[in-house]
Amino acid sequence: MALTTIWVLAETAEGKALPVTLELLTKARGLAGTVEAVAWGPDTAAVAPTLGSHGAAKVHDVGDLGGALPGVPVASAIAEAIKSGSSPDAILIPHTYDGRDIAARLSAKLDKPVLTNATDLKVDGDKLVVGSAIFGGSTLLDTVFTGGPPAIVCVKPKSFAPEEGGSGAGEVVSLSAPDTGATNGAKIVNRHVEERSGPKLDEADVVVSGGRGLGEAGNYHLVEDLAKLLKGAPGASRAIVDAGWVPYSYQVGQTGKTVKPAVYIAAGISGATQHLVGMKGAKNIVAINKDKEAPIFSVADLGIVGDVHKVLPKLIEALKARG
Amino acid sequence: MNVAVCVKQIPDPANPGKLDPATKTLVREGKLIMDDSDSYGVEMALQLVDKAGGGEVTLVSMAPNDEVSGLRNGLAMGAHKGVLVSDPALQGTDALGTAKVLAAAIKRNEFDLVLCATESTDGYTGTLPVQLAEILGLPSVTFAKHVEIAEGTVKVQRQTEAGYDEVECPLPALVTVTAGVVEPRYPSFKGIMAAKNKPVDTVKVADLGVDAASVGQAGSGQEIVSVEAAEARKAGEIIEDEGDAHEQIVAFLEKLKVI
Repeated sequence: MALTTIWVLAETAEGKALPVTLELLTKARGLAGTVEAVAWGPDTAAVAPTLGSHGAAKVHDVGDLGGALPGVPVASAIAEAIKSGSSPDAILIPHTYDGRDIAARLSAKLDKPVLTNATDLKVDGDKLVVGSAIFGGSTLLDTVFTGGPPAIVCVKPKSFAPEEGGSGAGEVVSLSAPDTGATNGAKIVNRHVEERSGPKLDEADVVVSGGRGLGEAGNYHLVEDLAKLLKGAPGASRAIVDAGWVPYSYQVGQTGKTVKPAVYIAAGISGATQHLVGMKGAKNIVAINKDKEAPIFSVADLGIVGDVHKVLPKLIEALKARG
Repeated sequence: MNVAVCVKQIPDPANPGKLDPATKTLVREGKLIMDDSDSYGVEMALQLVDKAGGGEVTLVSMAPNDEVSGLRNGLAMGAHKGVLVSDPALQGTDALGTAKVLAAAIKRNEFDLVLCATESTDGYTGTLPVQLAEILGLPSVTFAKHVEIAEGTVKVQRQTEAGYDEVECPLPALVTVTAGVVEPRYPSFKGIMAAKNKPVDTVKVADLGVDAASVGQAGSGQEIVSVEAAEARKAGEIIEDEGDAHEQIVAFLEKLKVI
């Protein structure tokens, strides 16, 4: 048995659907008879065909948000539609900044619980079973909702592989947001984009991350140099992001990005559970750390007990010498 | 300028977490400490009140067994007073139920701004602050890495995937702050002594006018049906660097055809 209808929140950026949006549509196709998307912002018309080819029969368009953060207007539009009678069985939401805002607003508006950090979804009878990991990924939980629909779930990016399929038309229909008064007071007045070259952290085949063991911010260039030579992306532990060495967008871990590259190289990272949960899905892990008791070695395929200040420069030289 | 800061008192994260086998909720016993993530909100609140030239920072917390040791951490930093909701009926309450309780607790004092962490260190659900904002009828700005207040408006640099957005929002409002928004102070000896005598208003669910059916395990609307140990990733080869470890890494990368 499957669910009847699932709505997927279709987050977009720069005229494209985020990969997690397509991952969720793909998964939803296997869970429910009808899959529909909810989109907002200026990109809906541009992305609708892609949403359709990944399974969305309809794309409910909340439209332009007039500079507002998406949480309030998008959740209000969905809540309004549900109160007037068309509730899906489940609403799948990307576990992103905006996704969590929308999920939390929607939960309070509908007085329904929300589950976050989901990494697996399945259907048992007519119930959605939500899989998630706790305690740094060492324990897996399956949770079900005990009340009526909709089940509201935030799903972590990279939980499923995106694949085209199904016969979604991606027909755009308007979904209007009601007036939300004071709660919709937060407005974006300016956007700042931090320049990054090379592949994206969560899409790169190789990720090289640095941590406190680098000693000081000035040594982070070793991580960047190595990442560049391997055509990969540089990442970071929470410790050096909090310390201000690199921007937050570099952070790998529970509060940062989840990465699943072919190779992950952790340089001077001890491996707090906070970090491990974001990278232990990598196919191969290399760790370099002075402390042989560091938890990072418990997940490393190749562990080097050594000084990153010695190992990294030699490794960089050796790779350069290969041309 | 009055600021309410939500503070979670958690078991020391250095110790491994446990689930109660019967209720499948997090075991929260022994001495609790203030979640380190909340120290940023406390510091931010102290600085904003200081800059405004007056007002109070009120810590609001929900914890079992009248636990105040974590609240005292924040009071020692300089917060003026606390509100603690402690009631056996709250065992097993989920994020939405907690938001209802904290909303009622926050309303016991006047406030212009509510500050929260982005997510707790032990549960990391990450939805409570915005659920709280919705219940309080407030606008919200999440993931602030810089916060300023001018003329009744909070100006926030909000983290995004690509960088950050400048967001403006009229007060009263709720803001969640990241680690990195400010550097939390260490409590002074004087602060620690003073914290012992600061007022903590301890209340029960019934005092707050919150519907008892919407809190506790029964009010959570969710049930854990399976708990399993994840397949542990096996450790591979560990070698001590004798000056040639980089060659081992090169060989490893070659084997994987990365180079």
